[in-house]
Amino acid sequence: MHNPVINLEDVRKSFTLHLQDGVVIPVFEAASLAVGRGECVVLTGASGVGKSTLLKLIYGSYKPLGGRLLLRQEDEEIDLAHATPHQMLEIRRRTIGYVSQFLRCVPRVPAVDVVAEPLLALGVARVAARERAAALLRRLRIPERLLALPPATFSGGEQQRVNIARGFIHGYPLLLLDEPTASLDTANRGTVVALISEAKAAGAAILGVFHDPDVRDAVADRLVDIEALRAAA
Amino acid sequence: MSETLLQVEGLTKRYGRTVACYDVAFELWPGEVLAVVGESGSGKTTLLNAVSGHVVADAGRVLYRTRHEGVVDVLQLSEPARRLLMRTDWGLVHQNPRDGLRLAVSAGANIGERLMAVGDRHYGRIRGAAEDWLGRVEIDTDRIDDRPRTFSGGMQQRLQIARNLVTGPRLVFMDEPTGGLDVSVQARLLDLLRQLVTELSLSVVIVTHDLAVARLLSHRMMVMQRGRVVELGLTDQILDDPQHPYSQLLVASILQS
Repeated sequence: MHNPVINLEDVRKSFTLHLQDGVVIPVFEAASLAVGRGECVVLTGASGVGKSTLLKLIYGSYKPLGGRLLLRQEDEEIDLAHATPHQMLEIRRRTIGYVSQFLRCVPRVPAVDVVAEPLLALGVARVAARERAAALLRRLRIPERLLALPPATFSGGEQQRVNIARGFIHGYPLLLLDEPTASLDTANRGTVVALISEAKAAGAAILGVFHDPDVRDAVADRLVDIEALRAAA
Repeated sequence: MSETLLQVEGLTKRYGRTVACYDVAFELWPGEVLAVVGESGSGKTTLLNAVSGHVVADAGRVLYRTRHEGVVDVLQLSEPARRLLMRTDWGLVHQNPRDGLRLAVSAGANIGERLMAVGDRHYGRIRGAAEDWLGRVEIDTDRIDDRPRTFSGGMQQRLQIARNLVTGPRLVFMDEPTGGLDVSVQARLLDLLRQLVTELSLSVVIVTHDLAVARLLSHRMMVMQRGRVVELGLTDQILDDPQHPYSQLLVASILQS
């Protein structure tokens, strides 16, 4: 592939449980995978075999133990395996978006501000950031009266949509999506599919996990079996 | 490293033969929150006191980028210069608000005192600033003339924060700021802290044994055990994939919520 946005080469990861006599749980021996501009790669395979682990390794929540995770930003390439925490924070601000399965709520922050936050961190003015956040939340059918309320009291589906809006509010060149449609109805799944298609058209590289076959078929350019990544050595 | 606001190198403090803090090194960027975690006796509070010059370190440097005079080693400053820095550019929020407040004077005077300490003598302006800050920390401005001993614990803690922030410091040290508070009061204080830190782009070193507090507030985390740093990294990486046996023990001890 020519100039992939993210290029994993022989990534190795295991977990050492020091409290259980140092038991080692292997996950990847030498996982390699590349995702290019405008491409959506969907990870498949049973749960508990490493799909989320791969996303978290790229996002830096898990620490890779070997191999390279090459991220292309404009004209430079950086190996995430050796990025400093400060570099990683900056990369998360600008380049990598991540939508997890669950929204981590701050008790009193209104939904519209939760979504606007990534834009504020990029220096967008508060009023403009709020307007864009509100527009995206409306598109995801969050009722008007909820925009000014903290998501802690929302239903699971509403929280998930706030989470999705937070991930799509900025045009991240690389998007990691961990089952973003798990608790959504058909109409909202359709909106998420549309958001993903628009992000692809804008050049984003997307790596995701989707259990819903309709969503998967609608967005995936390529399916990658996680078992095959695990077995590779 | 032109962006570094604070750089601590080789900081060591012994009490007799006990090592309270050994060869600690970290840096802090503008607008960054660093959480220092570890159980009681791990050296967290000693570290905070040694960095801020409240106790005299045995070795090490604390390099701070001042507004006008470049980088200084805080541990080498004269006592008056260090005190001025503490009153203007730095803040210190104690776990117990009674350690950080003057209980015999009004709430307004508690906030105004730091302004007067840096030379402001205009009564109307000081009172205006005190009212403004009471509002920002969500204390009814009607309480401006009341003494803090009539306040609840949560209000006292918010007043202590206002007292620290009124001079517009760039670096604030917090020692278990939510420690002695009820859970519901803690949540409110955390939200307020998070909001202020973002709005004012504060750099913060927060000592806490509460990993949920650390997760909510901090960008990076430093795990201390017996006075030594055993792990330093992104907060979510340390909480989700701790590497050191002691970090794993700490994370495993959290009650799942």
